[in-house]
Amino acid sequence: MNQVPVPHDLELQLPLPEGLLKILLVLLFLIHILFVNFMVGGVTLSFIFEIIGLKNKKYDALAREISGTVTVNKSLAIVLGVAPLLAINLAYTTYFYSATSLTGIAWMMVIPAVTIAFLLTYIHKYTWDKLENNKFLHLTFAFMGLILFWTIPLIFLSNVNLMLFPSRWTEVHGFIPAVLLQNVIPRYLHFMLATIAVSSLFAVGWFGRKKFDVNKHLPGFSREEIKYNFYLIAFIATLMQFIAGPLLLFTLPVYGISITVYGFILLGVLAAVLFMFLVWYEIRDNKKTIGRFFWTVILLLTGTVISMAFGRHYYRERAIEPHRQLVETKTQELYWKSEAARTRLRMGISKEPAKSAGQAGFEKNCAVCHAKETVLVGPSLNEIFELYEDYPEGIVEWSKAPEVKRGGPVMPSFAHLGDEELLEIGKYMLKAAAE
Amino acid sequence: MDFPLFHLDFIGNRMLIALTAIIHVIVNHPMAVGAVPLAALLEWIARRRNNPQLDKLAYNFTFVIFIITTSLGALTGVGIWFTTALVNPDAIGSLLRVFFWAWFSEWIVFVIEVCMIMVYFLTWKSMSLKHKSRHIAIGVFLSFFSWLTMAIITGILGFMMNTGNWVPYIREWSANSGLFTAFFNPLYLPQLVFRTPFALMTAGLFFMFLTFFFTKKEDDLRHKTVRYLSAWTLVWLPLTALAGYWYWKSIPSFMASNAPIAMTTQDYTSWYPTILVILQVLVIFVILISLLGIIRSRWLPRVVLLVPFIVSIALLGSYERVREFVRKPFVIKDYLYANGLRVDHYPLYKEGGILPYASFVSTSQVTESNQLQAGQDIFMLTCSRCHTVGGLNSVNKKFKKLFPNGVWKKEQLSSFITNMHNIRPFMPPFPGNDRELDALTAFIIENQDRNIRVEGAQTAGFTKNE
Ligand code: HEC
Ligand code: HEC
Repeated sequence: MNQVPVPHDLELQLPLPEGLLKILLVLLFLIHILFVNFMVGGVTLSFIFEIIGLKNKKYDALAREISGTVTVNKSLAIVLGVAPLLAINLAYTTYFYSATSLTGIAWMMVIPAVTIAFLLTYIHKYTWDKLENNKFLHLTFAFMGLILFWTIPLIFLSNVNLMLFPSRWTEVHGFIPAVLLQNVIPRYLHFMLATIAVSSLFAVGWFGRKKFDVNKHLPGFSREEIKYNFYLIAFIATLMQFIAGPLLLFTLPVYGISITVYGFILLGVLAAVLFMFLVWYEIRDNKKTIGRFFWTVILLLTGTVISMAFGRHYYRERAIEPHRQLVETKTQELYWKSEAARTRLRMGISKEPAKSAGQAGFEKNCAVCHAKETVLVGPSLNEIFELYEDYPEGIVEWSKAPEVKRGGPVMPSFAHLGDEELLEIGKYMLKAAAE
Repeated sequence: MDFPLFHLDFIGNRMLIALTAIIHVIVNHPMAVGAVPLAALLEWIARRRNNPQLDKLAYNFTFVIFIITTSLGALTGVGIWFTTALVNPDAIGSLLRVFFWAWFSEWIVFVIEVCMIMVYFLTWKSMSLKHKSRHIAIGVFLSFFSWLTMAIITGILGFMMNTGNWVPYIREWSANSGLFTAFFNPLYLPQLVFRTPFALMTAGLFFMFLTFFFTKKEDDLRHKTVRYLSAWTLVWLPLTALAGYWYWKSIPSFMASNAPIAMTTQDYTSWYPTILVILQVLVIFVILISLLGIIRSRWLPRVVLLVPFIVSIALLGSYERVREFVRKPFVIKDYLYANGLRVDHYPLYKEGGILPYASFVSTSQVTESNQLQAGQDIFMLTCSRCHTVGGLNSVNKKFKKLFPNGVWKKEQLSSFITNMHNIRPFMPPFPGNDRELDALTAFIIENQDRNIRVEGAQTAGFTKNE
């Protein structure tokens, strides 16, 4: 019968207070995800604009500018990912490691997949001029990269989802079943939409900044037009979140839901609604002044993201809390049982008869290869008895410099034990054989 | 180890880690640590001599470094975390708790290093006109940070391998003083001093190799550059040789205090002198190539430049074997064994067996009917972090070497397993009780002449039967 596994936890203290660690985890994770959004969204937008650019050249230049930003953003995404990785390892050891083990192949594939995806973005970026007349090939590179960039988040999402549900661990054999758990696909949708929205807002800020020379880099565009376009994309993507979000919320297994979770999510929704209004206002206002509320827009979105992240966090806490208590108990139990076993050993309740120095030395050094009757790696004690009866000194000499006599495995030298101990051992061997 | 057991029965778990780490070191040493200062130097020379062609070439070199270090280099660095944590979560989880702050600082330096390499490469062109000297300064800064990363990593590897010498008071904060002495173990300085000129020297060779791709045959630039680079390589050669010798000299005394040498004497005595041979071969090769580069760069075929590379890898690899030799059965001395089991729990396992305390295997006790399945579970729990059943470094082949003839007898295997930690001190003692030992030997004997592969939790999942 299958049952929920309740493992015991590591018994070492955390290197910093748990609460602090978790706040650190949520914040470091958000910064990492921000750059992941820029990266995945950037690759996606660049691909789409390059296709549009086949007809309308000015979009090709836009695609190229976006892919330029990916170079930096993707490297930051990676290096900034290490800290939350270590933090989640620490804060949710049992859960995170179990999930990665169960989806081990896919998890391991993240490394080569990201490497290849990065190399593809480089090829794509640095062959823009060379492949000007072979757009098909150029877009193929971008597309292959895109597929990888769209797959990799799924691996991460399936893991952080799986870790929340120990009761499902017995069902999961590899990556695909982990993806098919009820909550993963909605979450993926939610994430990808956020990716589009966030990277579009990044584009509004990046290409809208004063120092950016629109006429030089993006001929044919006006600054306002750029801002308008990206605002619009962000708006549409976020509008779709009002479907994806509830879908995600209602497919979450209920046992993680609490008032706190709802509270944070509602707060996030509230900020998102304000965000939508303001962006809508900016778009409708499509005039010279577009973008004047940019930083307020960003502030509102940050509010949404942070609230949602803490909502997530409290869901996670709540979802694993009952199991975590079982783990805690189990860990304590193991500790006491183990303590008791050690005590019994010390008190000699499970005691063994006292050994002579010769016997101890023999068991430690020779018993692996020599036994009384059976031929193990080396000859049996009975055979050795035949050879060295009444002559333990011979065993000493042999053991200091064994020869190749029987043509099988070779015996290592035991010269380091010293004559005295070897003599004891030799005497014991002969005695044991004679008994 | 109370986690679902990830296991690769074909290449083995240790090989997975080794591959990732080796690629990382090969990429990181010559390319990050050695190449950046050299690129900055070339940039400086180009500016002094007012030679835009040389500047362009240095830019191209940096382009290659940039591409490789920010993809393969960075990812294999992260990959070391991924693979070690997959294979031995107990080890990584515990080490992370003990050495958190060391790794945290390492991470900060790593972030700075990656940011700076991006700045250095991506601003090369835009800063060329007005801010050249500032740009060169960035290169110098970056060189320092790359070196610092290496200095810290060398130390971290030092304490990981030297767990035999420090005594962490695990439950107290003073663990960090143990960290300190382990970090600066007696091999630390020789190692660092060796790796520095070594990286600089191999970077010279690497750039020479690249020169042949970025310049044309009749180009004067090619010959000039090859000459510069040969001179550079020659400058670092004596230092590399001296430091390599110092490192080599420091090994025996370090070993004497750390390694269970006695038991690995045969291996050790054949390994130790070969390092010196490799070092000599490397030196001779580099001298020849550099002299040829200076005198007759035309005659230098590019494939020859790969030879010192391969020798370099062999050399680094053989120095790395120090770690194999001093590897104790522990991850953390007297606290955690390399199989992920706590030393403290051994008495409990010896009494009642290990299966009742393992949540992610299918059996929880050895019975008449489940011998083989239980045997496999015990194998997974006690041997699989280091051995496979039928793949690389398999127990099957290991036992075939020990007992080449006939069908194995239970007693042969069980007396080996009970005592293996004595003659092969890098193996932890077998933790289970007698019935489990029986089941394990039954499982191994059953597969003596079969070619089976045991699947890990990543494909087979697990069931827990009570
Ligand atoms: C790694 C396995 C191994 C260990 C450990 C080992 N031996 Fe041996 N021993 C052998 C082998 C193999 C032979 C047979 C060598 C041959 O004949 O080529 C052998 C042979 C012998 C012989 C017979 C010599 C003869 O003249 O034929 C003696 C005596 C002996 N060992 C003593 C010892 C003692 C004492 C120890 C412990 C201090 C010990 N061995 C530990 C493998 C081992
Ligand atoms: C911490 C890692 C580790 C664990 C756990 C471990 N071994 Fe080993 N074992 C090694 C290493 C390393 C070697 C030497 C490999 C080599 O020769 O390259 C070895 C060698 C062996 C050998 C050959 C010994 C010889 O003298 O040539 C056998 C047999 C063996 N192991 C069996 C086992 C069995 C059975 C288990 C589980 C009960 C086990 N090992 C657990 C690391 C381990």
